[in-house]
Amino acid sequence: MQPDSREIEVAVLVSVGRHPVTGRARRADQDARGVEVALTLPGARVRLLHAGPADDGSEEALRGYLGMGLDRLTRVEQPEGADVVPALAQRLAAAPPQLVIAGSRAERGEGSGLLPYALAEYLGWPLVNGLAEVEGIENGVATLLQALPRGQRRRLQVRLPAIITVDGAAPMARQSAFGPARRARLESCAEVAVMDKALGEWTLMPARKRPKRLKIIKAGSARDRFKAAAAKAEGGGGQLLTDVTPEQGAEAILKLLKEEGVLR
Amino acid sequence: MRENMNDSIRRDPRRAWIARNRLHPEHLSVLAALGEIGGGGAASEWLGPNGVIRRNPHAIGFIGPKGVKRIDRSGTQQGGQAPGQGRQAAQDSRRAVTIEDPAFLVAVVPDMTGGRLSGHDRDLLGLARRLADADPARPGAVLAVIFGEHKDSTLGEAGIDRLLHLEDAAFTGFSPEARLAVLAAVEREFAPHHWLLPDSPLGGADLGRRLALSLDERPATGVWQIEADGEAPLGWRCTARGAAESLDIQRPLPRVALALAECAEPVDETRHSAEPLSLTIEPPRILSRIEDLGQVAVDPAGVALAEAEFILSGGNGVKDWDGFHHAATVLAATEGASRVAVDDGFMARDRQVGATGTWVTARVYMAVGISGAIQHLQGIQRCDKVVTINRDPGCDMIKRADLAVIGDAAEILAALVEQVEQQRAEQHGGVRRDAA
Ligand SMILES: Cc1cc2nc3c(=O)[nH]c(=O)nc-3n(C[C@H](O)[C@H](O)[C@H](O)COP(=O)(O)OP(=O)(O)OC[C@H]3O[C@@H](n4cnc5c(N)ncnc54)[C@H](O)[C@@H]3O)c2cc1C
Repeated sequence: MQPDSREIEVAVLVSVGRHPVTGRARRADQDARGVEVALTLPGARVRLLHAGPADDGSEEALRGYLGMGLDRLTRVEQPEGADVVPALAQRLAAAPPQLVIAGSRAERGEGSGLLPYALAEYLGWPLVNGLAEVEGIENGVATLLQALPRGQRRRLQVRLPAIITVDGAAPMARQSAFGPARRARLESCAEVAVMDKALGEWTLMPARKRPKRLKIIKAGSARDRFKAAAAKAEGGGGQLLTDVTPEQGAEAILKLLKEEGVLR
Repeated sequence: MRENMNDSIRRDPRRAWIARNRLHPEHLSVLAALGEIGGGGAASEWLGPNGVIRRNPHAIGFIGPKGVKRIDRSGTQQGGQAPGQGRQAAQDSRRAVTIEDPAFLVAVVPDMTGGRLSGHDRDLLGLARRLADADPARPGAVLAVIFGEHKDSTLGEAGIDRLLHLEDAAFTGFSPEARLAVLAAVEREFAPHHWLLPDSPLGGADLGRRLALSLDERPATGVWQIEADGEAPLGWRCTARGAAESLDIQRPLPRVALALAECAEPVDETRHSAEPLSLTIEPPRILSRIEDLGQVAVDPAGVALAEAEFILSGGNGVKDWDGFHHAATVLAATEGASRVAVDDGFMARDRQVGATGTWVTARVYMAVGISGAIQHLQGIQRCDKVVTINRDPGCDMIKRADLAVIGDAAEILAALVEQVEQQRAEQHGGVRRDAA
């Protein structure tokens, strides 16, 4: 068991987040969770990669990731409004890691969550979304736990190299320590920039509150409308079993549970 | 003539006129005849010759017990109204729509959570209908692509014209690559005008992004509104959420759109044909690089009540709490409780379901010894299937339940546990024999 063979290269893509209330730049929540996943992975050599303009606000936010216990971050310099996919893809293709971890959606810009998919397409790597945990990596195959709705988990195996994305279901990111964040190195490098023309043509505005859906009741008379508005929720047409033995009742319930697939 | 009268309203202006004219010699006989058709009482409302509704206040109402004429405006007493109306209301009001020769297709890939259309899917189908029905001269058809087994019988009611249903072991679990291969085949064969997917983390969000990239389209994600726009390439403009819900992006609607829940009203007036289609060329078998090892057993007690999938809820009717907890463990259900059970100290406060507790969204909610007070029923409004065990066949929970078993809670739960354990033992035995 040589330590070298168990060591794996992990690149975490990090972006500049946006505080939901104040709108200030911060480390993005999902990306920070991605860093957390990488840091807790045994034998991982983690590097951070960011593409974007170099300015003070973003430096502050990026140092937030460094404060989690990393000593450097590579920033691929890109002008404001550039499509960062080609730059990141080239950067990753030049020195390919075994695992790329990204957040599901950015907190600024279009925030479409398309970037990891575009990278996967470009690099030809498999992608797994909604990751909750990396259980282990062995012989170039990663065993992952994917978060399903309703608190459920699914175990997947994926051949490396691969891209995985994390969202709110991944473990919380650790605190960022100020001193180490100051001391760590923020390296810059250049890459050709491709401008995102389409985004420039769209109209962006602060999110409007979505209208609340009204319960529309189609009824002829006022009495029907009132009845519908005041009605208790009723399944209607339910099956009623009276005068059955407990065994028969239990059988009927078991059948329904199986049909619904909630019984494992 | 009376024999071949169907339910359609026939207007006889002459008779209506006589019915209005109290001085006409035939007035009484005509009133009686009209009354017969309407089912007792004379016609109280009719369409006048100039298209104005006319009312006869003398014809409505009835003579009360004290000999005084009473008019009940609550609508229970419907006699004397226009003939046929009462009967029509009872009938199904949906209009059947068949689109024989669609000008274009709108492809929708619903999530089908648990084998049924989710609310999100229905909203999305409503959106698809808006795209398909915008121009009555060029009607489009909505094509739904459904993977795996389904048990939804209301596909037509949800607005599906064509159905491509694919059942194969390759589509179970997490299988984006196999599904994408099918969607690529659909694209080649049917070339839909629009692709709509739900932007839900369960499936649509992932599959939709993969699809868009493989079609080389830049999708709109988080779409929550569309409007017609003559200048846009596809004739529509959409509003989408961006930047962690803090931005609204207005842009022309692209071919692939991932829409949020409540992006449109679900279909509720028409019934579509949901005609089965199939692919003439089998999509290629993809060697998946991602292997699904199946779901992992999670501790049901650790799952938040609000998002639990299967809840076993106990109320005042549960006497044997040890048996109840044992049943929850065996069924791997998350435990819930009614307020009385919580107040009496049998369950923790955070387990209370209802108006002042948690609003649950379980797919199966099993209520044991719960009477179904309105405060409790409010909390389970969004549950799909409700099963109840109760001693009282007249309680409100039974009206809500999809399956109600009348009997003693403890005995039925014990029987259920026994059957489940027996079945598991058989299955395990079988597996062991296979392995040996
Ligand atoms: C402001 C307000 C807020 C409230 N909020 C909530 C809330 O959030 N959630 C909530 O649950 N309640 C709430 N309540 C209380 C609610 O009104 C009811 O009192 C409560 O839900 C009743 O609980 P229960 O059904 O368990 O008990 P009961 O009404 O006593 O029903 C017990 C049922 O068990 C059956 N039973 C008895 N013995 C057996 C047996 N051996 N086998 C099978 N069945 C048996 C009986 O037939 C009966 O139907 C609220 C009340 C108020 C005033």
